[in-house]
Amino acid sequence: MTETLFKPGHTACAGCGQAIAARLVIDAAGKNTMIANNTGCLEVFSTKYPESAWCVPWIHSLFENCAAVASGVESGLKYLGKKDAINVIAQGGDGGTADIGLQALSGMLERGHDVLYVCYDNEAYMNTGIQRSGLTPTTSNTTTTPPGSASFGNPRPKKPMPDIAAAHGIPYVATASVGYPQDIQKKVKKALSIKGPKYIQIHVPCPLGWRHESSQTSEVAKLAVETGLYPIFEYENGQLIPRKIASVKPVEEYLKVQGRFKHLLKDAKGLKEIQSVADYNIKKYQLKAQG
Amino acid sequence: MKQFLEGSHAVAEIVKRCRPGVVSAYPITPQTHIVEDLAQMVSNQELNAQFVNVESEHSAASVVLGGEATGVRSYTATSSQGLLLMAEVVFNIAGMRLPVVMTTANRAISAPINIWNDQQDVMVVRDSGWVLFFAESIQEAVDLHLQAYKLGEDPDVMLPVMVNMDGFILTHGMEAVDMPSQEEVDRYLPAYKTTYKLDVENPLTMGYLADPDYYLEIRYMVQETHAELLGKIPHLAGEFKKTFGRESGGLIQTYRMEDAEQAFVAAGSVCGTIRDAIDELRAKGKKVGLVKIATYRPFPKEAIASSLKNVKEVAVVDKSISLGGFGPFYTDVTSALSSLGTAIPKTSGFVLGLGGRDIRVKSILDVYEKLSGKQVDCAFIGLKQELLAETE
Repeated sequence: MTETLFKPGHTACAGCGQAIAARLVIDAAGKNTMIANNTGCLEVFSTKYPESAWCVPWIHSLFENCAAVASGVESGLKYLGKKDAINVIAQGGDGGTADIGLQALSGMLERGHDVLYVCYDNEAYMNTGIQRSGLTPTTSNTTTTPPGSASFGNPRPKKPMPDIAAAHGIPYVATASVGYPQDIQKKVKKALSIKGPKYIQIHVPCPLGWRHESSQTSEVAKLAVETGLYPIFEYENGQLIPRKIASVKPVEEYLKVQGRFKHLLKDAKGLKEIQSVADYNIKKYQLKAQG
Repeated sequence: MKQFLEGSHAVAEIVKRCRPGVVSAYPITPQTHIVEDLAQMVSNQELNAQFVNVESEHSAASVVLGGEATGVRSYTATSSQGLLLMAEVVFNIAGMRLPVVMTTANRAISAPINIWNDQQDVMVVRDSGWVLFFAESIQEAVDLHLQAYKLGEDPDVMLPVMVNMDGFILTHGMEAVDMPSQEEVDRYLPAYKTTYKLDVENPLTMGYLADPDYYLEIRYMVQETHAELLGKIPHLAGEFKKTFGRESGGLIQTYRMEDAEQAFVAAGSVCGTIRDAIDELRAKGKKVGLVKIATYRPFPKEAIASSLKNVKEVAVVDKSISLGGFGPFYTDVTSALSSLGTAIPKTSGFVLGLGGRDIRVKSILDVYEKLSGKQVDCAFIGLKQELLAETE
């Protein structure tokens, strides 16, 4: 195994997609990198005093402000004349990014800071016990969107965060999945080669919250991509570059391996609704391979 | 040479001379003139700093947190609702031991919305771990910013410092100010150097999670530093006086207390009005004095108790209120006086000037009149009875 900047010994759950992705990101970025981290699972399981998994300068302040803290770090480095030699990464979970931290993130993107923002999207507030976030997918069973006689689970679709980021006119936006490790690292390196604000959103299964086997993290992540439910694409200067799906699978294959969608499997209407989300993604992001 | 300056401009001038590398702010009345001036100075290349225009005070505080974490001297200013929106970050900056300096242009809190001066805003972050200075004059506000960086960046301190100055009264008032030159400031306040910073050669983890096995001690260490500051701050003010020839800051300042039998306790610009009232009362043979709180956190309990130990009656003047409780200064002063044992002076609490209601010499004389009456713990002065009757 090659030397990593994110050491083992942290306290993430077995099969945690976020832990794998975080290691891939920092190892792609390299040691001349500073990280500002939102509150969340990653912060909690990697920096419990007096230990730290991080071999790069790392700062955590609050739940929602890593984009603003990173703006300050970048400004400090600019003042010192060191910015060109050092990458600044801001990172957080889906709640810290798309909900409570959206204003700070928007400010960072709009002001043009030379910072890469990484959102680890496990599609709910996992650190507090699987509550719904703005990136929780339609019909998902969370502790605050439980299915019942009057509900199919989460009533709303995922907030289109990559498009919201792209609407700021920033030079680079990408989605990625922990099912495709090399793709993550390629995108991180590309992003860091571009000056200005960048946004990467990585789909990271959470065995505890999604209720799948901890050995299945990679497979579950791949199924999300192969069904079209997690579109993988880049916007380079606003230009869409999709990652094509060789052979599109029905959404049921992705849903049936997870407890959070179990209530849907007996429900044709619910399944149809989810399939329509995948179909929409495939069309919007041009995911279908030609021929 | 003294210059006739607006308070905000004077603060911007001294902040510029402190050479911060990161300045971030969000506009709020009455703080705006300070950061507008700093923005112009950066634009004119008079100040070499990154000026970050943010989308909220929460982010302003977060940006200076991040800037300071790279080992760069950082500055922000706010007021009222802005400070409340920052509150979460304000606590965080102190817990992370980052010596940011912030000016608070003290203003009332909504609702009802009110842009005028009182001191309710700072009380919301009173318990945050920041050192809290209160300026009486524009000159003192200028001097306290120098002392703030000097104190906060001391490797044995490493705490943020807030300079409180009454909104409008000091921020928009004009005064003849002795402005230290750049050379004097550079001699007094050398460039900030620290090993406690984000550095790729020596990677630190900052802002870790501390569980019940560690948290208590980490918080205790902040409290212990504040206790040490009770010794450091008089020394700081003494050194400042030696260098600049002026008395500014310190823990407390006293006025005509030598033989005083009655005393006012207050902080900020109202102390000037109280001095005038004392002169009037002294002219009538009343033995009255003032104890001015220049440093509110750490709370100078011994200095206050010892300055009041021979006094019979104390009037604590608060421009803020813990609704449902008392004026915050009153609570702290009575707590400090309890250490005197049996000979505790009769201490009354008065609330004045909320939302910019003018405090005149007459208002202070009203307080004096009530002082010799029955002890009160939270008497509002200057209430318009006709307005209270209307709302009934």
